[in-house]
Amino acid sequence: MTTIVENKPAYDGKALDLTGRSGSRAFKNTLATVLIVLAFVVALIPLVWILWTVVSKGYHLLLSADWWSQSQRGVTVRREGGGAYHAIMGTLIMALITAVIAVPIAIMGAVYLVEYGKGTKAARAVSFMVDILTGVPSIVAALFIYAVWITVFGFNRVGFAVSLSLVLLMLPVVLRSTEEMLKLVPDELREASYALGVPKWKTILKVVVPTAFGGIITGVMLGLARVMGETAPLLILVGYSKNINTNPFNGFMGALPTMINQDRTELALQPAADRVWAAALTLILLVLVLNLLARLVARFSTIKSK
Amino acid sequence: MSSPDGTAPPDRPADPAAAGAEPRIEDLVDETSGPTPHFDALAELRAGDERPTDSTTREQTGPKLELGPVGHLGDRLFSGLARGSGGLVVAIVAFVGIFLLALAIPALADNKANFLFSRVWEPGGSDPRFGIAGLFYTTVISSIIAMIIAVPIAIGVALFVTYYAPRRIATPVAHAVDLLAAVPSIVYGLWGLLFFAPIVLPVINGLSSALGWIPLFEKPIGDNVGVIFTISVVLAIMILPVVTAISREIFAQTPVAHREGALALGSTKWEMIRMAVLPYGRSGVTSAAMLGLGRALGETVAVMIILTVPNGNDPWNPSIFSGGETFASKIANNAAEFDSPEKTGAFIAAGLVLFVVTFLVNSAARIIVARSAPGAKRPRRNRRATEGASV
Repeated sequence: MTTIVENKPAYDGKALDLTGRSGSRAFKNTLATVLIVLAFVVALIPLVWILWTVVSKGYHLLLSADWWSQSQRGVTVRREGGGAYHAIMGTLIMALITAVIAVPIAIMGAVYLVEYGKGTKAARAVSFMVDILTGVPSIVAALFIYAVWITVFGFNRVGFAVSLSLVLLMLPVVLRSTEEMLKLVPDELREASYALGVPKWKTILKVVVPTAFGGIITGVMLGLARVMGETAPLLILVGYSKNINTNPFNGFMGALPTMINQDRTELALQPAADRVWAAALTLILLVLVLNLLARLVARFSTIKSK
Repeated sequence: MSSPDGTAPPDRPADPAAAGAEPRIEDLVDETSGPTPHFDALAELRAGDERPTDSTTREQTGPKLELGPVGHLGDRLFSGLARGSGGLVVAIVAFVGIFLLALAIPALADNKANFLFSRVWEPGGSDPRFGIAGLFYTTVISSIIAMIIAVPIAIGVALFVTYYAPRRIATPVAHAVDLLAAVPSIVYGLWGLLFFAPIVLPVINGLSSALGWIPLFEKPIGDNVGVIFTISVVLAIMILPVVTAISREIFAQTPVAHREGALALGSTKWEMIRMAVLPYGRSGVTSAAMLGLGRALGETVAVMIILTVPNGNDPWNPSIFSGGETFASKIANNAAEFDSPEKTGAFIAAGLVLFVVTFLVNSAARIIVARSAPGAKRPRRNRRATEGASV
């Protein structure tokens, strides 16, 4: 120890730090830490900024009962008043129809991937196509439904057509999360069920799917959250209506994204601007509540793999 | 081993999932009017089951599962439904391509301009002329810039969450970044145009005065905020949560042995990350970036709101500080013009190209994952595999 110390002429009396790093390595380490923390701060800025903008500009309309109970019927851009009831109903109705169509297909598709097709070429093809479907832009899904629904079949632009195009967007989300959950179900459960002579389909329906139920619900909510904020299909497949319309097969339908889109060119007018930001806040709240519920369900229903 | 009262042995309570499912099995047995519930048998089966439940053994027992009764009507129906749903997914993707192609072909046949290399867009009328060169350029350049901005930040955030932040902070931070994905794109569009674009303007001016001699950075006269660069930054914010979430999962899977090995050799934290974490996660991050690129390519409403549509008579400007139109924003901007089949066909042709481009990008992401087995997607299988390897 002493020899080492004596070899260092500039020894200042402190204990020798043998683990010390050379200056440049320590500097690089510090630099990396700073950059990484900086990246995190940079990522948070837009989040806080956007939320603050929307909340501060939109909250006051949300406090009135009219917002939740009235439509925009007869309300012009320059006038205050009216609510978002028509748009909230439209968004919820279209999302509900989407879920009713997409969820069964998604769950059965996941069952196929995990229980029936495991390791086969066909399953790999399906899995590949699910990935492709995940990446299909909403505008392409909307154009596809436009081509089928309006150009080929000659139907009108209605809410149901929007739901059909949203199915394309929701299906892969729910399918993937269901697949991940089904994979986590321990094989012991299946084996125990088979050992009791239970047929495979009942095993899946009453043992495997219920065990994974929490995860499936999480996937459904995340899928709903994704489709509710979509605007492109609404622009192409249904007109915006200021009136309450609960019939997805007839007439135009209001929805929160198109309500925002409707007034966004008139933002110089205070009543219109208020409505735009309030509708944006309502939409974010809807999506957020679904996301939080999904997380909550996920937290309380994780399958413990030993 | 089995307890006399027919319940699971009390010394094996640490299996909540199995415990939760037991009543269901009971229900089943009653319904199928099979033998009365023999939980002794079930418990014995499990008690005598000394197999370790790690991945390798479990996968070996896979084929045995096929011993379940076959030929049952319910079984055939159910497996038919499952196969049908799987097939439907393939059919949907195929139909998207087929239908778009079928409706685009007549319009393309009438097209008097070169579809791939022309920049004019005058569909409809007796002499339709339209080409996608301009749309393609704007779409690709804006998405690539978005990716260049988003990926380093996403990697930084992912590293912060996995290796730098204390666990108490890391989880809320991860959720907060995920929240960015919950903001609808139309809100990004409004915020981007009204609040963000004015902030970006000085950056644009600075960049163009420094690099203006390159055509890519040449700024046209006037303070236009709806330019490609602005939308690129907004797109970067929009794809940040996707790229971060995937990178985070991959980084967290870096084998402990690699990390501790690096630290034991005297690495600094950064050297550990550079030598153990980043190489392990490279393919995962690449595919995450590709997925983000796919998202950016197809983003519609935010682009439609922010990007200024250039005047039809203006000469084409390759600068990222000028306006433009992407495939998606072109289609959405003109949704009201879908009145004649010829016009609609032109937009559907543009949509088809967008579909093909995103198809290729997403396939590339998938192939990158498949090529490099460890550190790839399928997080759960991997986690088990790597644990097995490091033990």
